[in-house]
This record gives sequence, C-alpha cells and structure tokens, in this order.
Amino acid sequence: MLGYTLRRIIYTAPVLLGVSVVCFALVHISPGDPLISILPADASVELQERLLVLYGFDRSYIEQFFLWLGRALQGDLGTSIATGRPVTTEVMRAVGNTLMLASVATVIGFVLGCFFGFVAGYFSNSPLDKAASAAAVFGVSVPHYWLGMVLVIIFSAQLGWLPAAGAGPGGSSQWKFNLEHLSYMVLPAITMSVIPMGIIARTVRALVAEILAQEFVIGLRARGLSEFGVFMHVVKNAAPTALAVMGVQLGYLLGGSILIETVFSWPGTGMLLNSAIFQRDLPLLQGTILVLAMFFVVLNLIVDVMQSALDPRIKR
Amino acid sequence: MVDATLSQPAITPVRSAGYWQNVGKRLVRDKTAMAAAGVLLLLLLAAIFAPLVAPMDPLEGRLINRLKPIGTEGHPLGTDELGRDMLSRLIWGGRLSLLMGVTPVVLAFFIGSAIGIIAGYAGGWTNTLIMRTVDIFYAFPSVLLAVALSGALGAGLGNALLSLTVVFIPPIARVAESVTTRLRSSDFIEAARASGAGAFTIVRVHVLGNVLGPIFVYATSLVAVSMILASGLSFLGLGVRPPNPEWGLMLNTLRTAIYAQPWVAALPGAMIFMVSISFNLLSDGLRSAMEVRQ
Repeated sequence: MLGYTLRRIIYTAPVLLGVSVVCFALVHISPGDPLISILPADASVELQERLLVLYGFDRSYIEQFFLWLGRALQGDLGTSIATGRPVTTEVMRAVGNTLMLASVATVIGFVLGCFFGFVAGYFSNSPLDKAASAAAVFGVSVPHYWLGMVLVIIFSAQLGWLPAAGAGPGGSSQWKFNLEHLSYMVLPAITMSVIPMGIIARTVRALVAEILAQEFVIGLRARGLSEFGVFMHVVKNAAPTALAVMGVQLGYLLGGSILIETVFSWPGTGMLLNSAIFQRDLPLLQGTILVLAMFFVVLNLIVDVMQSALDPRIKR
Repeated sequence: MVDATLSQPAITPVRSAGYWQNVGKRLVRDKTAMAAAGVLLLLLLAAIFAPLVAPMDPLEGRLINRLKPIGTEGHPLGTDELGRDMLSRLIWGGRLSLLMGVTPVVLAFFIGSAIGIIAGYAGGWTNTLIMRTVDIFYAFPSVLLAVALSGALGAGLGNALLSLTVVFIPPIARVAESVTTRLRSSDFIEAARASGAGAFTIVRVHVLGNVLGPIFVYATSLVAVSMILASGLSFLGLGVRPPNPEWGLMLNTLRTAIYAQPWVAALPGAMIFMVSISFNLLSDGLRSAMEVRQ
C-alpha cells in the first residue's frame, strides 16, 4: 500500500511539471508579443524596456520557465493586468466559491446517479431500467449551459421562485450559510449535477449488472441470504469504483465550471477565466488554469490511492 | 515479405466483411439507434441544403420584427433579437455547429490513433516517452484545456477547432495504445514477425484492422461531448463570430431575451441537445452491435 502510494506520487511529479510547462506556454502561443499582452496599451518605451528585463522576456524560454515556476512555487503567480491585484489573491478568492458549488453538485449527482444506476442495473432490461437509463443518457447529452438557461426561464423568469444570477443578495460574492444564500445555489448546483449524475448512473448500472452476474451472488442466494443482504454485497463491491468516479467528476466540475458560472454569474474561477479571456488578462488566465489543473491532478492522485486502499484487488 | 503479401488477401477481406456485415445487421435492428441516425441524417441534409431548405436569409432581419414568438405568421419559430428568422438561422446554424462538433473528433481520431498505435507497437522507451507526454494533456479537465487553449489563441473558428482537436487526441491515443499493446503480444503478430514481415507491414496488415474498430467506437462516443464543447466555446464567445449563425453563439446572443421570448431563446440549445443525444444513442447502439467492452 505504502509502496503503491509512493510510486503513484513519484509518477505524478513529471505530470505536474508537464502541466506547468503547458500553462507557461499559454502566454507564448498567444498571438503577438507576450509583453504587449501584459502591458497596458499606453505604456511608454522605458516601461516596456523595464518590464522586458523584469519578466525576463529577454532570456531564453528555458530560463524564463524556471523563473516563472520558481515564483509560482512561492505562491507568486504574477499580477492581474485588469485589476492590478496579485493573481494568487484573485484565484484563491474565487476557488472557494467554485469548490462549494462543485462539491454540492457532485453530491447531488452522486446520490441521483447511484439511485438511477442501481435501479437500472437491478431491473436490467425492464421498463424501470429503460427509464433510469434514459435519465442517464439525458445527463451525459444535455448541454448543461442550455439546461441552466431553461431552468432560469422556468424558475426565475416565469415562476419567480429562485434568483437567476449571482451567489448572494446584492451581488454578494462571499458565500454564507443561510437560507437566502442557499436559494442562489439551487439552480446552478442542480444544473451542474446532471453531468456527474449521468456518468455515475451509467458506471453504476454496468457495475451492478457485472456484479450480479458473478458466481458469488448465486452462492449468496443459494445459502438463503435475504435480497437486502445480497444488495448490501453488491453495494460493497460497487462502492470503490463509484466513489472513484465521483472524485474524478468533482475535478472535472472544478475545471469545467466556466460555462455554468457564466450562465449564472457565479463568482468563481469560471467567471474569473471568462473575464481574463475577454480582457486579454494573460497572467490571470495562466494562473487560474495552473491552479485548477494542479487541483485536478492532485485530486486524481488522491482518488487513485483511496481506491486502492478501499479495494485491495486494485494493484497496478 | 512473401508470407505477408500472401496472407493479406487470404484472411483480411473474408473475415472482416463477415464481421462488419453482422454489426450492420444488428445495428439496423436497433430501433433507438436507427431513430437517432434518422434525426442526424435529417439535420445533416437540412444543413447541407440550407440555401434550398431555409425559407429566409439567415443574416437579414428587420428590427421591427425583433423577438416575435413561436408561431408568428411567416416566422414559424419566431425571430431573434435582430429580427432574423429563427427557423432559417437554426437550419443554417447546423452547418457550423455540426462542422465544429464533428471535425475535431475526426482529426483527433486520425492523429490520436497514429500516436497510440506507434506507441503501442513500438513499446519500451518510445512508448513511455509518447504516452507520458499524452498524459500531460490528459491531466487537464477537457473543458478547461479547450478554454485555456482557445482563450490564449484568441477567438475564432480555426482556433476553436484546433483547441478541441488537442483536447480529444489524448483520450483517443490512450485507447489506441492500450488496444495495440494488448494485440502486440498475440501469436499471429509473433508469427508475422517471425516470418520476416517488417514493422510497417505488420501494422498495416495485421494491427490496423484489429484496433481501428474499438478506437472508432470510442471516438463516436466523443462526438456528443465535442458538440457540447464546441457550441460551448461559441457560447462563451470563443468560437464562431457574429453574425454567422451557430447554435452556441445564437444561445449566447439570445440570453438577454429570456424574459421577453423565453422559448425562442431556448431553441438553439434544444438543437445542440438533439444532436448530442442522437450521437450518444447511435454510439451506444454501435457499441452493443460490436459487443466491444471498454
């Protein structure tokens, strides 16, 4: 177990390095001089010269990369062009809101997905399976940003039950635990949950069908175990994989929240990315993507290690 | 060499024709998959023949006619925020939306298969080097990578297509690599190698026919994701530029109209949904017809 964990961590290190190379390259694949994209439009020639040296753009790419990485490792991701504030501050403030939304959505998706998946797998090829599988296909096929719009149309524009945008009253960007703030989260969280719902439902359905076809289930039934007892065995066997899929999905939602956050004006990393792109705020774009990608890689590492701890049969 | 050229006409056509015929038969019997294929064919034909099918010019509108509801005379699906006919724009929009959704997966299928098959067949250090590089791109959530690349490259159709292709290469390459690696140690590959066939001949004659099927099935399952992502990029303003009709972009510009004409505003998204669910159902049907397990 310890050996596997260590091997997995050692294997992750080069991936993290590669991910940071890609993030570093983002500024350089951007059309035009990277300096121009960092400078305000009315910058003087002297300022240009000074920043050229300060940012190290006069050096080789390899030197630049290690300078940038060194600063990033110390928590310095540069300065946002648009706001003039440190990128790290901006990202950390937004990450909390996205993490909150993505976690709630993952939990909703997991519960619904397991429900549909178990129903479909248990009553394989019955009308119940058809209905539950249809819900799963809906989840993986629906353009979630459109679903968000439709929910806003129904529950905000037409019925007026729930707020359409923002994370709190009066454009509040700080999440608090109370009923009013909670009402702002309902629509985005439900919208976001359909993706993990569909994927988890499909995974669990296949898992349950596979487990039920195994001989030990026949053995359990032959020994007169109650149907509920058999069910608990199925749950126990399906849990590690289902939980692993849930963990990976949380990572996907964290990184892929930009569309939903745009629809609901949710003040998280997605909104930050959106404004970074349209203000050509490359340091902010680079920093946000680096942080989100690192989250995803580390989360995958944790999921892998946890999965092999829960299910010792998984040894790679 | 002699053996390889002899074995080619002897084995490949007979076996593969029978197999693909069976797959075709099973797929045709699958009602859901056939319905999905029908929907896709209909939308594709409408998009190709848009100049003939669309009742009006998709780019021309009169502000007097803006945001008419569904069922207006002369505008069966209403009009958009600039008074342009929605039905015509949805039909024309299919051109760019389908192009943007399908092209990246097709490109990634060829590039990713090539990368994966080379890595899988070569094995050893070549494999490690190629696949660890692929892993780096696989380490990004797909939406994030697409947004990062097209955000850095700048808005536009070409950049969006490029970004999406880069997003879909790693998953396809991983599948291609794992299928090829499994096949590589098969007895018949050993036999071909022992009889003196070169690497290129073995890959062309023995490997391709066996690995392209599973890779293809996997790639079809990505088209739905690609449709949603491609229109999503346009929705964010990173893909097609106005005034060109594209479903994601239309959904974006109509967002301001959700209070005035909510159901007209929701139409472009319904089109994306229809296409993506059809691709998913067709891909599911194809998978069960081929009995390929992932």
